[in-house]
Amino acid sequence: MPAKSKKHSPVLKQLSKSPTGINGLDEITDGGLPAGRPTLVCGAAGSGKTLLSLEFIVRGAMQFNEPGVFMAFEEKADELIMNVASLGFDLKDLQKKGLVKLDHVHIDRTEIEETGEYDLDGLFIRLGYAIDSIGAKRVVLDTIENLFSGLDNQGILRAELRRLFGWLKEKGVTAIITGERGESSLTRQGLEEYVSDCVILLDHRVSNQISTRLLRIIKYRGSLHGTNEYPFLIDEDGISVLPVTSLLLNAPVSTQRISSGIPALDHMLGGKGFFRGSSILVSGTAGTGKTSIAAFFANESCRRKERCIYFAFEESPQQIIRNMHSIGIDLQTHIDNGLLQMNASRPTLYGLEMHLVDIHKKIKKFKPRTVILDPITNLVTVGSVSEVKSMLVRLIDFLQAEQITVLFTALSLNTIVNEQTDEGVSSLVDAWLLVRDIESNGERNRGMYIMKSRGMKHSNQVREFVITDEGLDLVDVYLGPEGVLTGSAREAQMLSEVTGAVMRTHALSRKDIEIQRKRKVLEAKIASLQEEFESVQDQLNKSYIEEDLKKEIMEKNRKQMIENRLTKNAGNGKRK
Amino acid sequence: MKKKEEHADGTSNGTNEYVLHLFITGATPNSVRAVANIKQICEDHLKGNYQLEIIDVYQQQALAEKEQLVALPLLIRRQPLPERRLIGDMSDTEKVLKGLGFYLHGR
Repeated sequence: MPAKSKKHSPVLKQLSKSPTGINGLDEITDGGLPAGRPTLVCGAAGSGKTLLSLEFIVRGAMQFNEPGVFMAFEEKADELIMNVASLGFDLKDLQKKGLVKLDHVHIDRTEIEETGEYDLDGLFIRLGYAIDSIGAKRVVLDTIENLFSGLDNQGILRAELRRLFGWLKEKGVTAIITGERGESSLTRQGLEEYVSDCVILLDHRVSNQISTRLLRIIKYRGSLHGTNEYPFLIDEDGISVLPVTSLLLNAPVSTQRISSGIPALDHMLGGKGFFRGSSILVSGTAGTGKTSIAAFFANESCRRKERCIYFAFEESPQQIIRNMHSIGIDLQTHIDNGLLQMNASRPTLYGLEMHLVDIHKKIKKFKPRTVILDPITNLVTVGSVSEVKSMLVRLIDFLQAEQITVLFTALSLNTIVNEQTDEGVSSLVDAWLLVRDIESNGERNRGMYIMKSRGMKHSNQVREFVITDEGLDLVDVYLGPEGVLTGSAREAQMLSEVTGAVMRTHALSRKDIEIQRKRKVLEAKIASLQEEFESVQDQLNKSYIEEDLKKEIMEKNRKQMIENRLTKNAGNGKRK
Repeated sequence: MKKKEEHADGTSNGTNEYVLHLFITGATPNSVRAVANIKQICEDHLKGNYQLEIIDVYQQQALAEKEQLVALPLLIRRQPLPERRLIGDMSDTEKVLKGLGFYLHGR
């Protein structure tokens, strides 16, 4: 069945690769060196050729179970063993286990007399024997050009070298041949003519007294490979090459939001903070609290139990820890808990690229979720602005691919806001906070604004940025006719507003009382009028009743009189 | 002639001033020439005064590393000290003799 499925997949047979195990090199070469073919590694003296090839052998033996033969034309076996012991490679042990074979080829012109035609069969037999004795899959010839100084007959040597490389291919071993860099050609003896499958050039460049090691793949037949110059680092772990540019912008993105550690700032950022995996730039003039913002961000990250690396290029870790104590954050406990790692180095320690390699390595090792670089502006001392920018682009690319949030601080030298001062990285970052001094009324205050924050609603307001014993806070500034009010001007404004308010309340209550009083007066008036009306009514009523009574009485009296008259008249009549 | 050859191939008898080891690779043209040339030179200049051992490196491959072999054929003058190394097919008699220090000793 598997055979059938194999038949169905029309995969072209590709060049098989032999992984070097060297950090980064396998990425650039898309899997390693061409298996079963010779590779030429060339470079000037001290560029790391021997180390690279030796690491290839050692890692092959240790990691890929491919024994290797190292044939040294320069250094003696004992010297080699000693030289790489500092990298933690125990060549003696590997030799004992039969995984590595060191062979020092000694050739000295003064001891040798050439008496006619010869060939290099001795070398072939020697190498063949060494390969067969341990079943080697890898071979290094370091530096075979030394033969040219030991032997006179160049014609023979060239022919023999050609034969040697052909023979190595036949043997099916993956070989590295090192060569010293020549004046006009890659190697002094033009070895590149013979080794045509893969050529790697190592360089060691010094600019502004700072050295950078660079690696470039000049050619690699039948394979994709990175074509740039890649910086590499030699340290206690051997060689690390940095695959610098990811050409594709296809890093995963997160919608998760993380707090900046300053609630008021989160509020300005739509209430939730930054996106995870985004890049944040905090720029500002000296003494505006950039490091404090960075420290708060680090602190918040550690409080979420997420690891954080702090790269400081200006202050020592102890200094930062002490200084941050004064605004109420304790970074030491995070360091003790293993959540925070602080790395302080002067930018001039090594070149820009080396910094990048170093940062890369530390990030790969510590696996943080948050990275802080404070400040990136200091890196300009070891490179031009464009170099710093290209380094940061690569760093941001790398961090985004790893979903690591990064915060840079940048010192802007101009007090006048200049968007171009920030190493031109402002276009690269996702969020940009600007902290600037606002100077008025004989004092200096800090103002903060969000210049940009991609993909989220954010405040357009300038906030006053205050640093207190308890931490950082953002306060609304007052915008008055004289402009932005901050600091004591703001406080004065606030006080005057309070006074105004009190006065207003007071006035209000006085008016109330007045109204009350007026009402009372009016009410009193109404009452007295009522009384008056009643008394008038009473009087009117009284006269009316009197009138009635009078009328009644008069009526009564009239009736009485009538009656009285009637009776008088009757009596008169009788008497008559 | 025969006697001398035996002598050359035979064991050390303590009197040989010259102890020579010639490393060759089987029957390659260079090797064949080297063997013939060195024998001739020894016969001509070191009669009875040498011991020549011819070693085929193909037969003893481990020797290559031990003896620091690179270019072959190689003649090593073990005795008298210091050790001298001559490479090539020994066709340049002048150089071979010079390399063996013969003129120095001869005079």
